[in-house]
Amino acid sequence: MANASKTSFGTFTAGLIRENPTFAQVLGLCPTLATSTNANNALGMGLAATGVLILSNIFISSIRKIIPDQIRIPAYISVIAALVTIVDLLMHGYMYHLWTNLGLYVPLIVVNCIIMGRAEAFASKNSVWKSFLDGLGMGLGFIGAILLLGITREVLGNGTIFGYRLWPKAYAVFVTVLPPGAFLIIGFYMAIFHHISIVRKSRKRA
Amino acid sequence: MDFGRLFALLFAAMLINNFLLVRFLGLCPFFGVSKKIDTAVGMSLGVIFVMVVAGIVTWFLNLLLMAWHVEFLKIIVFILVIAALVQLLELFLKKSNPTLYSALGIYLPLITTNCAVLGLALLNVQKNYTLMGTIFNSVGSALGFAIAIILFSSLREKLDINELPASFEGMPAAFITAFILSMSFEAFTGMIKV
Repeated sequence: MANASKTSFGTFTAGLIRENPTFAQVLGLCPTLATSTNANNALGMGLAATGVLILSNIFISSIRKIIPDQIRIPAYISVIAALVTIVDLLMHGYMYHLWTNLGLYVPLIVVNCIIMGRAEAFASKNSVWKSFLDGLGMGLGFIGAILLLGITREVLGNGTIFGYRLWPKAYAVFVTVLPPGAFLIIGFYMAIFHHISIVRKSRKRA
Repeated sequence: MDFGRLFALLFAAMLINNFLLVRFLGLCPFFGVSKKIDTAVGMSLGVIFVMVVAGIVTWFLNLLLMAWHVEFLKIIVFILVIAALVQLLELFLKKSNPTLYSALGIYLPLITTNCAVLGLALLNVQKNYTLMGTIFNSVGSALGFAIAIILFSSLREKLDINELPASFEGMPAAFITAFILSMSFEAFTGMIKV
């Protein structure tokens, strides 16, 4: 991976935009689409997944020299599953409302490809400090993406933002909070980002 | 549960609460291997096997977990069982069908991290289904997955031939197609009460 030679700051910023887990790598789609029906749920999901991602990166990079190469995947899965169990129990205890809203998707953080992907591609090869920065950057990139979707869907579909009403419900486009709306909104965002990168490339050439 | 209710459960899991298009579980292979119909069919066969077997095995394991009062371990136990099952499927395919094995490539081991499988196991436990209920729900969900991914891959094959606006080429167009497919599945909402 090209990551190995990067500076600490470069490691941190990679996940934010250039290698954004959602829009650039298209990873971890299930929770992104399922829990972005409103901004609150989206933020909760983003924070929970980021917490697990940072902790799993730290753990896995600190035990990377002990794990035999052949059984590394099961080892990663066990570490991540243990962390998710902790987060699940914590949210059940302290954030019961959010926990019921997110429902099945809290335990499903285990199979979030972003976390497994970073463990395999980054934490297994880099120092603890760099893995922490990578987890933080990727996590913030994920929060940004899921929050963008959550806010857009809530504003368009319900006329509110974080629960505060912007305009009457009669003007809301209900389809954006339904499951199909998730595909539509993320499709348009991707087209926008794709367009921006095309324009940039043509400017560089000119 | 009587037979009629079991079939209602099967069809509800297949069409109304479709795993891919309504519940958003298992989207990675949905976008990853749906470029060609052949790989989509192979993938859905693998997923059907793993989902049904995992659904049944985890149902029995959950009885054990409940007997020992360690329900909080279910995430760890379930994911390890699923990983073992996928390994088994991999060994089996390598011997019996090498062509399909190489066609699926990286996506075969990735069935482990397919949210659909773990999601199904957790859902079955959450809803307290009986063994028969679990079997019918698992089969329905797996078939729903297969239907959605095969339909989607045939749409994407057609999409490849057409000319699109440059910014929509690739993933954005795939998402918009998924939106239309998802809209059509939305029409099933409320047809069966479960």
